[in-house]
Amino acid sequence: MTNPYTPMLILVALGAGFVIFSVGLAQIVGPKRYNRAKAEAYECGIQPSPQAAEGGRFPIKYYLTAMLFIIFDIEAVFLYPYAVAFDQLGLFTLLAMFLFLLNAFFIADAYVWKRGGFEWD
Amino acid sequence: MIAQVVSSGVTSLALDGARENPLADFSDTPLWLTAIKAVGIFAYLLIQVLLVIWFERRVIGRMQQRPGPNRNGPFGLLQSLADGVKSMLKEDVRPKASDAIVFTVAPILFASMAFVAFSIIPLGPDVSMFGYRTPLQLTDLPVAVLLVLAAAGVAAYGVIMAGWASGSTYPMLGGLRSSAQIISYEIAMGLSLVAVFLYAGSMSTSQIVAAQAEQGWFIIAAAFSFVVYVITMVGETNRLPFDLAEGEGEIVGGYFTEYSGMRFAMFFLAEYINMFTVSAIATTLFLGGWQAPPGIAAINDGMFNEGWWGLLWFTLKMWLFMFLFVWLRGTLPRTRYDQFMKFGWKFLIPASLVWIVLVALVRGADAGFFGDSTFGILGRDFPVPVLFILGAALLLMIIGFTLWDRAAERRRAERREESVIDVDPFAGGYPVPPLPGQRLVEPGSARVGRTQTDIHTDASGSGAATAVVVSDKED
Repeated sequence: MTNPYTPMLILVALGAGFVIFSVGLAQIVGPKRYNRAKAEAYECGIQPSPQAAEGGRFPIKYYLTAMLFIIFDIEAVFLYPYAVAFDQLGLFTLLAMFLFLLNAFFIADAYVWKRGGFEWD
Repeated sequence: MIAQVVSSGVTSLALDGARENPLADFSDTPLWLTAIKAVGIFAYLLIQVLLVIWFERRVIGRMQQRPGPNRNGPFGLLQSLADGVKSMLKEDVRPKASDAIVFTVAPILFASMAFVAFSIIPLGPDVSMFGYRTPLQLTDLPVAVLLVLAAAGVAAYGVIMAGWASGSTYPMLGGLRSSAQIISYEIAMGLSLVAVFLYAGSMSTSQIVAAQAEQGWFIIAAAFSFVVYVITMVGETNRLPFDLAEGEGEIVGGYFTEYSGMRFAMFFLAEYINMFTVSAIATTLFLGGWQAPPGIAAINDGMFNEGWWGLLWFTLKMWLFMFLFVWLRGTLPRTRYDQFMKFGWKFLIPASLVWIVLVALVRGADAGFFGDSTFGILGRDFPVPVLFILGAALLLMIIGFTLWDRAAERRRAERREESVIDVDPFAGGYPVPPLPGQRLVEPGSARVGRTQTDIHTDASGSGAATAVVVSDKED
């Protein structure tokens, strides 16, 4: 086995093939009966609200969550190589990592918390 | 380079103390055998999904004191297969306002990505297949677990694409909610795994399983991480009590409201595979992977820890988590979205970080970073700094609890002061939620007030104006 990623590609290709085959087969096997009401957006039976077609507006909170995710997730990823190489790095790196955690996580977390970045209502 | 080192057959620690990555040896496995293993894992997954859907409906049925599906096949076992055929023969409706390409790509992407993780899960030790010695695992990488997290991140694209492409309000909101939920809990999930990496010294799954054979299962050493992981895995898979993405009363079905037929079935399939994936990761990282439970492992010089037995233990452990999922669904109500996000960001993430610091300190003391002095308890030697670390942790915990308790008490007192007006929720004939500054009269006492005259004159006498309204109606 030369490349460890090859088996993974085989499995994903199998999965994707199965999914595409089933969806494609359902298009052929399944019935096609046109109905104007059926093609409308589903809103529990009332007239669909028009703004959804243009993308609509949604709360800015989701945007903020995505930003926070990027920041915190990248910081979390920094911890992985450190954790794996822990034994070889020694005391200095342990202290350096605590400094990093304090700076990047606790202070940042406290700041966002204080400014209400985690409030949802 | 790595492949060469692995093929030399060294299985223990390398010279400089670094763990070899990964441990599983694939050098003897030809490509055609890998393909067969891939088909095997694919079938293993699909059959288990069919089974678990039936299992879930039966167990939920039991919990709700009804039989559950029992018509198709013995014990209703073929129910999910029948459902699959049915969704195949259903019309695949695509709404007029939807985006043709993205609407179709979303379920395909979501379902394909669900398969990725199982390629790195060790289902068992080395077995012989068709005359070759090969690990019961498709492949392994030095960064295996990181790859699973990455695949989970890509799955979030499927969700948001489905929500956006439907061209409808509810799927849009559901997609946003669901993706926000997935990414929020992914941070806590990623942090909960750091403790495991600290102990195992590797991100390769086969190496983590081997480390647990030496050090004991990480559910003990990293107990808090395990708890955080189990909570986040329920949040990641959008299951009750965290199934806010498809809160029926609020946003119909969430991001797949507009999907029907086979495209819907693909979302369904992927969600169940994702449940298996997170359970398999939990099993591998915290429950010793394919290894036999401690009592059974000792029988006959570890006979049950060899060959195909591993697959049995792995599957059993994974199904423990599946039962947990079903149990949670059968017993808990849905949380509110703001409570859910608050719990993730304000508790799980900071608490995981504190736990990482503790684990790093203990590991550092173990590795002799703070000197070599040791003390013995129960015949084992522990480094002295561990005492200080545990003492400091205990102290911090006590201080934290005290502060938290005081804050909670203050909040309770504030709430008591706030609620000044008592209202009867059934005053208008149908139940209404209390407005800010109102407090509900216990429904039990309100109901009693309707039937017994002496009690309801009592209630109206105590200043509940609404009780008078009720009595008017009765007259």
